[in-house]
Amino acid sequence: MDNEFFVDGAHLSESALKKKHMLENNPAMRDDPDEFKAGMEKISSDVSLLVLKEMDSFDPLSYTEKDVRAALAARSASVEDFKALLSPAAEPFLEEMARKASALTADHFGNTVYLFTPLYIANYCDNYCVYCGFNCYNDIHRLRLDYSQMEKEMSVIAASGMEEILILTGESRKMSDIKYIGEACKLAKKYFKNIGLEIYPVNSDEYAYLNECGADYVTVFQETYDKSRYSDLHLLGHKRVWQYRFDAQERALKGGMRGVAFSALLGLADARKDAFATAYHAYLLQRKYPHAEISLSCPRLRPIINNDKISPVGVGEKQLCQILCAYRIFLPFAGITVSSRESAQFRNGIVKIAATKVSAGVSTGIGDHESKYSGKENKEGGDEQFEINDARSLKKMYEDISEEGLQPVLNDYIDV
Amino acid sequence: MSGKEYNPSEDKLVIGGKEFSSRFILGSGKYSIKLIDAAVRCAGAEIITVALRRANTKESESILDYIPKGVTLLPNTSGARNAAEAVRIARLSRELGCGDFVKIEIMRDSKYLLPDNLETIKATETLAKEGFIVMPYMYPDLMAARDLVSAGAACVMPLASPIGSNKGLATKDFIQILIDEIDLPIIVDAGIGRPSQACEAMEMGVDAIMANTAIATAGNITLMAEAFKQAIEAGRKAYLSGLGRVINRGASASDPLTGFLRD
Repeated sequence: MDNEFFVDGAHLSESALKKKHMLENNPAMRDDPDEFKAGMEKISSDVSLLVLKEMDSFDPLSYTEKDVRAALAARSASVEDFKALLSPAAEPFLEEMARKASALTADHFGNTVYLFTPLYIANYCDNYCVYCGFNCYNDIHRLRLDYSQMEKEMSVIAASGMEEILILTGESRKMSDIKYIGEACKLAKKYFKNIGLEIYPVNSDEYAYLNECGADYVTVFQETYDKSRYSDLHLLGHKRVWQYRFDAQERALKGGMRGVAFSALLGLADARKDAFATAYHAYLLQRKYPHAEISLSCPRLRPIINNDKISPVGVGEKQLCQILCAYRIFLPFAGITVSSRESAQFRNGIVKIAATKVSAGVSTGIGDHESKYSGKENKEGGDEQFEINDARSLKKMYEDISEEGLQPVLNDYIDV
Repeated sequence: MSGKEYNPSEDKLVIGGKEFSSRFILGSGKYSIKLIDAAVRCAGAEIITVALRRANTKESESILDYIPKGVTLLPNTSGARNAAEAVRIARLSRELGCGDFVKIEIMRDSKYLLPDNLETIKATETLAKEGFIVMPYMYPDLMAARDLVSAGAACVMPLASPIGSNKGLATKDFIQILIDEIDLPIIVDAGIGRPSQACEAMEMGVDAIMANTAIATAGNITLMAEAFKQAIEAGRKAYLSGLGRVINRGASASDPLTGFLRD
């Protein structure tokens, strides 16, 4: 079953609806995805060319059982080994891959599992990404927290014991400008030890400013590395420019960020190729910036408000597990985050194999932590980006991880 | 020591003027309460490394809360990418009441976590002047080790193999050079994966062993902690007793080759 992405909101004006339909039905109406928009910084880097070249030459069906066995036996996995581990030929070896991945995770991370929570501070968005709940044509309640609302949210989260926060916005420079995000970071410094950002891609000097404000880690989801598919899914806005998004992690490192996270949204295109490109992108940047901490995420598509037909078509739990094991074997030192998009059962299992970080006490809505944490009614919150699957609180997550014999860690960071 | 009765209570490890009976130091990489307990109770550790970045937590799971009294805290500067950052972390650790001991770890490589000797020397110099007892983690290079001595280090901590790799004494010959040439205690840090490797390092004349992953990832943590204790003690005794000669060619020369000489 294919995803049905296009949904017309009842609130849209006639002209908006007309534009929406034109964007959906007539590719000629969309901006040139290769053309940088005004103000977008261009950096000199060959990383994207290398990633695209390797991804294009990756034929998952060309690998055999022999290749997989060799990959599992290798002292350290080569790029070819990694491809073999992602291939269908590796599917019967899932248990062996999990055992190898588990041992590598233990070697590099011990029995620790890091915990964090996301904080969405605004859900305004200028882009039309057809699968996303925040997309500019989706009929949802929009909200942008002011500083006092933001601080209230932070204090509620901090009171739960959380020490690491990931600040997120929708992708609207107009509604969530850099200064606004910078102020959010400064406020977060009062409550948290570790601040990450998942915002629209910005220029390196802007990353440097946000770093000064207290953020040290930048996550950017490429969504899909398949440029043609990307162009078909991101119909309007800054996000249409694949290359500017691809270069975001490198600009963040140039701006002084300590670490960067990479991800494709699995289910949008060929998941094996997207998984390959994600980790290879991370691999190349770590080689270019050896000091950088790198991590990988592995989100699968989830239903959104007004569209419950969206699902991670073709990416089942076994395939996700295969991808995560392959990530671990290829990049034993990389952090791997598994979000609340996945079920409690999956997350409980995967932290014993490959994942090193999970979210807890999650809301993907705006300004609703108090109601979610205390049960207090809140009709003023902004709507959610997607439906989560695992709604465990920090306390419950902490207990569950401890019961598995693992050590939950709330902070592993010092601001220097 | 030969010819003299061996008295373990007199055989102290001295770092920065402080005496320790145990020659096992728990590293900070993998952390669990069970591991700390095993290290102290079963391996006899008197020094426990604490990554300040992890100790610097608000909540109850701070590793500091689980360090028994009487054990010396060795805060490390993990997370530092240069000398200035390491110095800042060391000062913060002192402010937090972690004492004057500090283990310098400076890494500009997130994959192998190899130490940057040059920046480590700079940080050592600054911190030693400020009265810290500086224990620098380093790549076993003789020139760097000499510079660390000049900079005021309290010991030198060469890596045996990449951190967390459990691969043992990959740098054995270079560590031997440090043992032979450096007058400060040499503490092997990183890469020791088995008690036999710890024993071998001690036999060579290393003064102490720092380990973490080998015990943390063992099937039975307490049993492995005991095994390390015994291996380190055995290696120490072997070193002090003077290892028997290794005969490379033929039988032992009970008939000396020079026996024919008549004057």
